[in-house]
Amino acid sequence: MTMQIADTVSLSASDAKARAEARAHAAAARDNLRTEPRAVRIAIITLAIMFLTVFVVLPLVVVFAQAFSRGVLAYLAALAEPEAMAAIKLTLIVAAISVGLNLVFGLVAAWAIAKFEFKGKTFLITLIDLPFSVSPVISGLVFVLLFGAQGYFGSWLRDHDIQILFAVPGIALATTFVTFPFVARALIPLMQEQGTQEEEAAISLGASGLQTFFRVTLPNIKWGVLYGVLLCNARAMGEFGAVSVVSGHIRGETNTMPLLVEILYNEYQFVAAFAIASLLAMLALITLIAKTVLERHLDEGEDASDH
Amino acid sequence: MTIEVRNLVKKFGSFAALDGVDLKVDNGELLALLGPSGSGKTTLLRIIAGLDWPDAGEVSFNGEDALAQGARERHVGFVFQHYALFRHMTVFENVAFGLRVQPRAVRKDEAAIRARVKELLDLVQLDWLADRYPSQLSGGQRQRIALARALAIEPRILLLDEPFGALDAKVRKELRKWLRSLHHEINVTSIFVTHDQEEALEVANRVVVMDKGRIEQIGSPDDVYETPATAFVHGFIGESIELPIHVDGGVIRLGERPLQLAAEGLAPGASRLFVRRHDMLVGPPGTGAFEGAVQHVRNFGPVQRAEVALAGGETIEIDAPRDKELRAGDTIGLNPRRYRIFAG
Repeated sequence: MTMQIADTVSLSASDAKARAEARAHAAAARDNLRTEPRAVRIAIITLAIMFLTVFVVLPLVVVFAQAFSRGVLAYLAALAEPEAMAAIKLTLIVAAISVGLNLVFGLVAAWAIAKFEFKGKTFLITLIDLPFSVSPVISGLVFVLLFGAQGYFGSWLRDHDIQILFAVPGIALATTFVTFPFVARALIPLMQEQGTQEEEAAISLGASGLQTFFRVTLPNIKWGVLYGVLLCNARAMGEFGAVSVVSGHIRGETNTMPLLVEILYNEYQFVAAFAIASLLAMLALITLIAKTVLERHLDEGEDASDH
Repeated sequence: MTIEVRNLVKKFGSFAALDGVDLKVDNGELLALLGPSGSGKTTLLRIIAGLDWPDAGEVSFNGEDALAQGARERHVGFVFQHYALFRHMTVFENVAFGLRVQPRAVRKDEAAIRARVKELLDLVQLDWLADRYPSQLSGGQRQRIALARALAIEPRILLLDEPFGALDAKVRKELRKWLRSLHHEINVTSIFVTHDQEEALEVANRVVVMDKGRIEQIGSPDDVYETPATAFVHGFIGESIELPIHVDGGVIRLGERPLQLAAEGLAPGASRLFVRRHDMLVGPPGTGAFEGAVQHVRNFGPVQRAEVALAGGETIEIDAPRDKELRAGDTIGLNPRRYRIFAG
């Protein structure tokens, strides 16, 4: 049998070069489009830089300046305080629990919403967004109403000697509730855009549901999952309102890092307060960098599917 | 493997994608489902593959009820319109996928999987692309990898959804020939969906013409072209002239003008007359069933295409041989060498 097909190899060296040239060309065209007078341009840029300085850079600098105002040793000593260590540990535990739970919930919810058609889908999407639209303090109060001593399950919980409020479970529950949308929200648009064809292909090739999920669906959304986990984690560690309501502020036991910052600040322990705050600020910076890297990966993934 | 479909109905809301479809596919056939978009051809293909479920009707493979099985158990190779290659896997792993997900008891060992994938990549002549990712391939290459992947599981049936739809014209023509010879070589019962009549007539042994969820005609490429069973088929396949006519008292009229065409056996009332463009023979005025004035003439390869305003009110396009002298403004007679009349 004769099979002669002209193959057009898509990624050759000359191709890449041509693409780079095209990009340079587009950039030049963009430059020509700058029509504003020089003075206006400078004024706008100055305004933007001033705004950023006052509202973003300055606060960050102040946090670190205050934290180190009595030297590195005082900074380290403040972090080594048992109360501080307990708060850091609690924050890590709570973040691990709520990120873990929301990873599972988010994956399941996004999978259901993006890959299947069913009644009440729009309602479910709205429901997922609920924690974003409710004040965190209300979210915390809900758990007090449910699990508090006068709450619906309060007496039952007391009879069975289960402590939820003013303990780790309550803090984890409130944090999980508040951070619920992050993973699902990161994944739904991604999975909707990818459609179901690859899954259908996998099933028609004999793959089971689990094989399809782990071999086809998950690898396709892995950067989206990481992105969602990252944002979820940042919010979980930084959550104040909801946690403040359910924590009870028991020193060394139920204070997370943000709560401890407030307490120390109110007690005029500025170095200690800002030392903890500097850790949260660093978390934010690391999150931003990681987010930028992940967004690049996500864009590349989209490019690849465009070809 | 024979496929039998009986009285298949599938509705999406109030829209009937399939409205009572019966079809028998013989072992080793290469069958084309041809129709405009929305005719239900892809839905039919997906139901046969197990990717969709009918509201009513039966599907059987070799006499066994196929609807009792899911897509996973049916052992059907499916090539998607946009290929649906796994974007995070190399070409090699894409083709190997169907072999790797088999239950442990029947799964081949790594060496056998490698050998089988190599064999398939050789078959589609793309073994040199094994380490590439789908995004690095051209459309035609992706298409052939998708085919190799579907063939890896040694499917009982091969289904292709618009296999050439997303390719440019040149690659499409080459792949058509290639698909036909590939089918000849592997001889698996195959069905492909297309909206392109040329593709269906050139590649398939048998063509199923569909419209609005129903089968209009099943036949060989020659049958559907030469003896269309319905007005839709005549209009959809090949280039046709369609004229509204009226039959009464044994006379066929176009507008008020009686046509010198045999009217025996025709039901009185409004009908439609279909003629292929090249079946309209040009003669001197007064010699044909129709009479008309040439509006303008263009050359189209071996033929010249003339726009003719007919006496009786319609304007048609005809194809005449290049050696026939035709000029804008000429009055000519036209006689259909062959024609068909459908009521309604």
